[in-house]
Formats: sequence, C-alpha cells, structure tokens
Amino acid sequence: MDKVVEIRWHGRGGQGAKTASLLLADAAFNTGKYIQGFPEYGPERMGAPITAYNRISDEKLTIHSNIYEPDYVVVVDETLLASVPVTSGLKEDGAIIINTTKTPDEVRTALKGYKGKVCTIDARTISIDSLGRYFPNTPMLGAVVKVSKIMDEKDFLDDMNESFKHKFAKKPEVIEGNIKALERSMQEVKGL
Amino acid sequence: MAIRERLSGNEAVAIAMKQINPDVVAAFPITPSTEIPQYFSNYVADGVVDAEFVAVESEHSAMSACVGAQAAGGRAMTATSANGLGLMWEVLYIAACSRLPIVMGVVNRTMSGPLNIHNDHSDSMGARDSGWIQFYCENNQEAYDNMLMANRIGEHPDVMLPVMVCQDGFITSHAIENIELVEDDKIKDFVGEYNPEMYLLNSEKPISMGPLDLQGHTFEHKRQQAQGMINAKKVVNEVSEEFYKLTGRKYELFEEYMTEDAEAVAVILNSTAGTAKYVVNQLRAQGKKVGLIKPRLYRPFPVDEMVEVLSKFKAVAVLDKADSFNAAGGPLYTDVTSALYSKGVFSPKVINYIYGIGGRDVKADDIEIVYNKILDIAATGKVDSVYNYLGVRE
Repeated sequence: MDKVVEIRWHGRGGQGAKTASLLLADAAFNTGKYIQGFPEYGPERMGAPITAYNRISDEKLTIHSNIYEPDYVVVVDETLLASVPVTSGLKEDGAIIINTTKTPDEVRTALKGYKGKVCTIDARTISIDSLGRYFPNTPMLGAVVKVSKIMDEKDFLDDMNESFKHKFAKKPEVIEGNIKALERSMQEVKGL
Repeated sequence: MAIRERLSGNEAVAIAMKQINPDVVAAFPITPSTEIPQYFSNYVADGVVDAEFVAVESEHSAMSACVGAQAAGGRAMTATSANGLGLMWEVLYIAACSRLPIVMGVVNRTMSGPLNIHNDHSDSMGARDSGWIQFYCENNQEAYDNMLMANRIGEHPDVMLPVMVCQDGFITSHAIENIELVEDDKIKDFVGEYNPEMYLLNSEKPISMGPLDLQGHTFEHKRQQAQGMINAKKVVNEVSEEFYKLTGRKYELFEEYMTEDAEAVAVILNSTAGTAKYVVNQLRAQGKKVGLIKPRLYRPFPVDEMVEVLSKFKAVAVLDKADSFNAAGGPLYTDVTSALYSKGVFSPKVINYIYGIGGRDVKADDIEIVYNKILDIAATGKVDSVYNYLGVRE
C-alpha cells in the first residue's frame, strides 16, 4: 500500500457505523498502520443519517479535513441510497459496499451513474444468523476489509478475535458469533 | 520505550492527567470536552489516581474550586469548551492574578451564538488577555505532550501562572489517531512534586489570598504578573528541551515547516496546520516555495523569534479561526502584524483570512487558495485585500 486509503461510512444513528469505523481503525493500527477514525458529529439522534471516516496509511497522516474523494464508501443502511449522495466524489477505481439483499447489478441503478465497482452484502441475515440480533456493523467491517484489501485477511481476523476478547470480556458468548459474522461476510460479499 | 497507541485527543488529555495525578480535578461537562473529566472520573472511581474529583454545578464553580484547591497548596486541573470557558471568565483572571498554576485542557468550540457545538477558536482567543499561558496543539500527540509539560512551566517559581492547552473540538478531540505515550514512572519523575512557596494550608506561614488590593498595590501586583508571563518563554524552552531528552519529541515556541527557502508562508494554529502541511508537500512537489509557521506558544507571544523568522519571507497569510469583529483582522493577525511593526520589520506583505468558523470544514483546496494568493503577492508585491474570509458563502 503506497498511498493513503480513504473510506467514508454512511449509516443511521444507532447502527454502529461510527463504531465500525473505529474498529477498522483499530485493526489497521494493530497491523502497524497510521490511522484516523472520526465521525462527523451532527445533531445525534437514532435513525438520522450519519457519516464517519477512515484514513489508513503507511506514512504519518497530518491532514485534518473530512473526506471528499474516498477510495471506498460503505453504506450500512440501503434506505440512505434514496436520500444521501453516497457516491459523491467516490473514485471510479474504488468501490461502494452496500448492505442489501440485492445483487450489485440490481442496486447499481440507484447509484446515479457510478461506474466503479459495486459490492453488496446481506449484513442483516448474517448478523441475525450469527448474533441473533441486527448489528450490521460487524459484517460491514468484514466486507470492507475483503473488498479494500487494506490488510491481510488472516491478520485482520486474528486481531479482531483479540479485540473482541477484550471488548466482550464480560460476555464471551458473543465473541464466536462476531467472528463468524466477519468470516461469513468476507466469503459472501458479492461483486468482487 | 515509547508506548505505541491510538487515542482520541480527549483520551490523550485524560491519560496525561492520569499520569500527572493531580490533587483535585473539578469539572462541569460541556461538549466537546466532556469526555476528559468523564474518563478522569473513571480513574478516580477505579482508584488508579489519588485525585479528589469535584463534580461541581457550573464552570464558574469548577474554576473557583480549582482556585481554592491550588491556593490551598494542591495541584488542580480541569477541562472545558466554549461557553463553559465563558462562564469561568471572571475566575480565570483571579487564578492568573493569584499566581495559581492551574492546568486546563481547552477543547476549542465556537462561542454561542448561534448555538453550535463545533470547532473554532473564539473561546480561547477571547481568553488570550486573561493572564493564562496558552498552548495550541495540532493533534492528539501535541495535546498530550503539552499537557505533560504544562505543570512544569506554570509552576516554575519565575512564572507561577495558569496554563491552557488548546486543541480543536471534534477534529482532534474525537478523532482516533496514532500516538506515542510515555511510561507512567517517567512522567511521575518529569512532572515531580508541586511545592509552592506559599499556600493556605501551611500553618507555619499563614497567609491570606485574594484580599482587597486597591490603588496602592494592584498595579504592582499586575506588573509582577506580567513579569511571570515575560519569564515564561525561557521556561517553556527549558522544559521543552528536557521533554525532548525524555521522549525524542522536539517542541519549539512555534513549528517551522518547509520554511528554509520559502517565499510564501501561512501562519496557522491547531489541526488546520496539519492540513496545511499536506498542501505544502503537494505545492513543494510542483516547485513552489511555500512553508508553514504553526504557533505552539500563543501566550506569551514569542515576538522576537516570530519576527526574526517572518522577516525572511515575501508574503505571509495569517489564518484566524476566530473573528475579532474589529473590522480589521483576527487576533493572531493582529499579534503577528503588531510584532513585526514593533520590531521595525515591514518587509513581508501580511494578509489575514478568517476561516473555519463554527466548524466549517477546512479542505486542502481551501488552503491551496491561500497559498496561491500569497504566491501571487510574493511574485507581484501587490496586496489587493488584507482582511479576507475563506470558505464562506457570500
């Protein structure tokens, strides 16, 4: 990786897009990278559109602005496609990763002419199967690592296993489900 | 060995406070600085610090409690933002005049109104004449490092003044970035004990603090206070040198970035200076002679050093994230130009931009506009507008 990889997350308040961006920053940090993870704070309320950002680099990062020309966009809630210009500035040699049951071809029509790679992942089914509840951020995190190749997949899974052990020290029963959700999303993401 | 970590600016400041382990932290929450006392209160609850945490009912009380604790002979710290700093106002002056080296993390946020939680520098810039030493920080690392140095500087017998360590609300306070931490025991040795010459709980040498002063003595006390500020610069350099030996991280009164042969230079505080470094790198790759000055110590203002450096350039843009509403220029611009004038230096053309007000995002493109303008001024020597706004719709 010889340049800065910039990622923009679109989600709704309460879905964990901010947490996912911080987890991605953590995982990249643990593989030795320089990282930034920051949400764009607004009037925070459940369900309102939110944006979060990641920069990941081998070199020290000094820029402190939002991201306008991302390499990757992650859409945690597909209903945002109708109301938020999610592909704005997205590089054509990058990719957009959308949480939906649709195929990349089916969802592309909603992307206002974006010509780059479109990937889809059914984060709801994966989350409910492996965690019993709808937490889309874990499967989306797996999908973005798979699509962007910003770190080695095995390193990433090993690192997440350690993070989950730490994060869920008081409820170890959810660790396995979270790892399963990551693995499944990395296998099932479409449009690669 | 430094400890490689990733932390937000607020976490970094809270960890610095944990390592300093003051006697008293008194605070009232306000976005975006709330997390600092929140994390610190966890340290208190977990028993990892000895500090007394005072959950007061307002920022006025927070600063008053810090004044009381520091006057009693303890080390007191707090954190705030925007209107919280505003509510501390009268007590800021009392802390400085009473020569109480309280240390405060300021997470810069715009003063209301309009009501807005986001970043600019209108809060701490308003307090620039309150008698507090002020440091400005580009990122989490600098916020952490300056916090660690603040006690040593403020508590020096030649200084005895309170210290504000300012960083940009949300932009750095809530962004997770890489950081290098120093080991607890090293910080304990570096910061040392606070042994004031006079304090209220010293029964051997009883004193009063804050009595009526009137015409007979106030002026002399203010003159002594001013001397503390004059002395601070030397102490900042000494403590920074010691910190450099401890950590390998070198801090000057201001940072010079690519200024060696520069013709057009921007002067920028806090996080936007980082964005400007990115832009300077790009413009340098095109062969353009641009550079950056990032003031770290803003109070006292390092007039001699700043003028010596600025006098080499052809064109300078001073960026202010706060308007002075004086119809003439922002606070940093006024300080820079008055420093040049007072030293009889008239050679660089100096213009001002007010930018990023109320959290308006400052893009690399915005900074490029500034550099293109001063490159043009450097080439032609012509200034068409001194007092400008950057990135506003009008």
